[in-house]
Amino acid sequence: MLAYLLRRILLAIPVMLVVAAGVFLLLYLTPGDPVSVILGPDASPQQVSELRQRLGLDQPVPIQVTRWFGRLLHGDLGQSIYLNRPVTQTILERAEPTLLLTLLATLFAILVGLPIGIVSATRAGSWADLGAMLVALGGISMPSFWVGLNLIFVFAVVMGVLPVAGYQPLSKGLWENLRYLLLPAVTLGFAQAALLARMARSLMLEVLREDYVRTARSKGLVERKVVLSHALRNAMVPLITVMGLTFAILMGGAVITEQVFNIPGIGRLLVQSVLRRDYPVVQGIVLVIAFNYVVINLLVDILYGLFDPRVRHS
Amino acid sequence: MVVTDGASPLPAAVLWTESIHRERPWYLTLLRNRRLAIGSLLLLGVLLVALLAPLLATHSPLLVRPEIRLSRPSAEHRFGTDNFGRDLYSRTVYGARISLLVGGMVALLAALAGTAIGLLGGYYPRVDIVLMRIMDGMMAFPGIVLAVGIMAAMGPHVSNVIAALAIVQTPRVVRVVRSVVLSLRGMQYVEAARCVGVSDWRMLWRHILPNCISPLVVQCTFIFGEAVLGEASLSFLGVGTPPEIPSWGVILGEARLYIRSAPWMIFLPGTALTVTVLSLNLVGDGIRDWLDPRLRKTM
Repeated sequence: MLAYLLRRILLAIPVMLVVAAGVFLLLYLTPGDPVSVILGPDASPQQVSELRQRLGLDQPVPIQVTRWFGRLLHGDLGQSIYLNRPVTQTILERAEPTLLLTLLATLFAILVGLPIGIVSATRAGSWADLGAMLVALGGISMPSFWVGLNLIFVFAVVMGVLPVAGYQPLSKGLWENLRYLLLPAVTLGFAQAALLARMARSLMLEVLREDYVRTARSKGLVERKVVLSHALRNAMVPLITVMGLTFAILMGGAVITEQVFNIPGIGRLLVQSVLRRDYPVVQGIVLVIAFNYVVINLLVDILYGLFDPRVRHS
Repeated sequence: MVVTDGASPLPAAVLWTESIHRERPWYLTLLRNRRLAIGSLLLLGVLLVALLAPLLATHSPLLVRPEIRLSRPSAEHRFGTDNFGRDLYSRTVYGARISLLVGGMVALLAALAGTAIGLLGGYYPRVDIVLMRIMDGMMAFPGIVLAVGIMAAMGPHVSNVIAALAIVQTPRVVRVVRSVVLSLRGMQYVEAARCVGVSDWRMLWRHILPNCISPLVVQCTFIFGEAVLGEASLSFLGVGTPPEIPSWGVILGEARLYIRSAPWMIFLPGTALTVTVLSLNLVGDGIRDWLDPRLRKTM
């Protein structure tokens, strides 16, 4: 197990290096000089050279790279140009809404998507199955922001039972917080729920055709037991990866959902920073979200090895 | 939905794959594929709307008339007007052009780049180690976040949207092509070709690439759909297609601000977007099933 653990961690390091290098390179995708793009055409030469120095762009590229990686090792993501504060601090202050939203959406996706997929598989070909799979197909085809706008229209504008947009921090009470996060969480989790339902259904159908399931049935087991304790266990193996990564994937989707519902989280900060041309903040957020994905991926892999010895020894 | 085989009443002995092929020509199996048929029809519809936009539109999609801004659907403006008094129906019709242009270009560019990288990686193990780490790194960014980051650096422009989304999608093509190459590398015919002195270039081009085409087509159909969603998402966030160009994402981004006073703004562009992506998902599912009937199990 220890060897497996070490191997997994060693494999994650080059991925993190590529991610960090990629984010560093983002600034160099700018056509022309990033500093003049940030400041606009009216900037004085003095302002330009000042900002160039602040961003470290006056140094040769090898030194810039060394500095970038050196700073990252200290958790330092640089200074925001617009807000004039450390990027790390800014991100941490905006983390609560994004984390809560992503967590709720993950719960929604798994608790709704998985059971629907399993039930659909056991009743394959029925009207209920057809209906569920049509909804799921729509779910993966609808843009999340349109789902959100429709939910706002129905539940906030027409029925008036939930707020149109905005956010209340957890410190104002759990109920207030949930009232504001309910629609965003459903919006964010909907497509992933549909995806999980489709996957769970097709994996279950595959397993239900196996010989050992027929054996279980022919020895007289109750159908519920065949499905839940024989078939589901094997179908779950690939599903665990998807469920584990759901949180990481949805954190990316939160960028859009936060914009729909005006939630002051990391995603909205990312979009605002793009419009303000605040590159250090953009780089910082992109990096944090990608690192989050790598770390969760690593944890899923480790858990896998823990539960399934075959993975460990391959 | 399980697609039942129409030939099932036949005795089991006749149900050999070969005999099915003999009795039912390929174009008939294709027509029996319901998802592919519905998907292609819908896609054809969207394509026609994009091509015939000048004929279908009742107003100029750019004509600003502040005096009738945010007006309800009426006989003159069938789906209402937006916050600048522009006709929403005409803007949605023209929006099909941007969506299909971006989706098609992204699928094409990602296919070209991804195939080249995938062939190289799958065939040369030494290059593979480096290439795969880079691809893993790129896959660690959620698609929309990487696209937003690239757009931040390159600035809002349609060609930049295409470039950003193509970069995001390329690793997904690489994975598919590489896995085919890896499975072929040990095959006898590849070994035989190598024994008679076939060059690496000819091997990849003539003996390996043709086997990658079908999974590539399936993957690219899904990428087309994801790119349509990606363009709309970037434009919705205000960092994609510039606001003056009619794009479904741009319209929905503006509609968000007027959801109380002009909720009709969300209806048509959102429906168009969903139908387009749905058609591509259906076509992708349909082609995959047609190529590999064993996979006939998901709706």
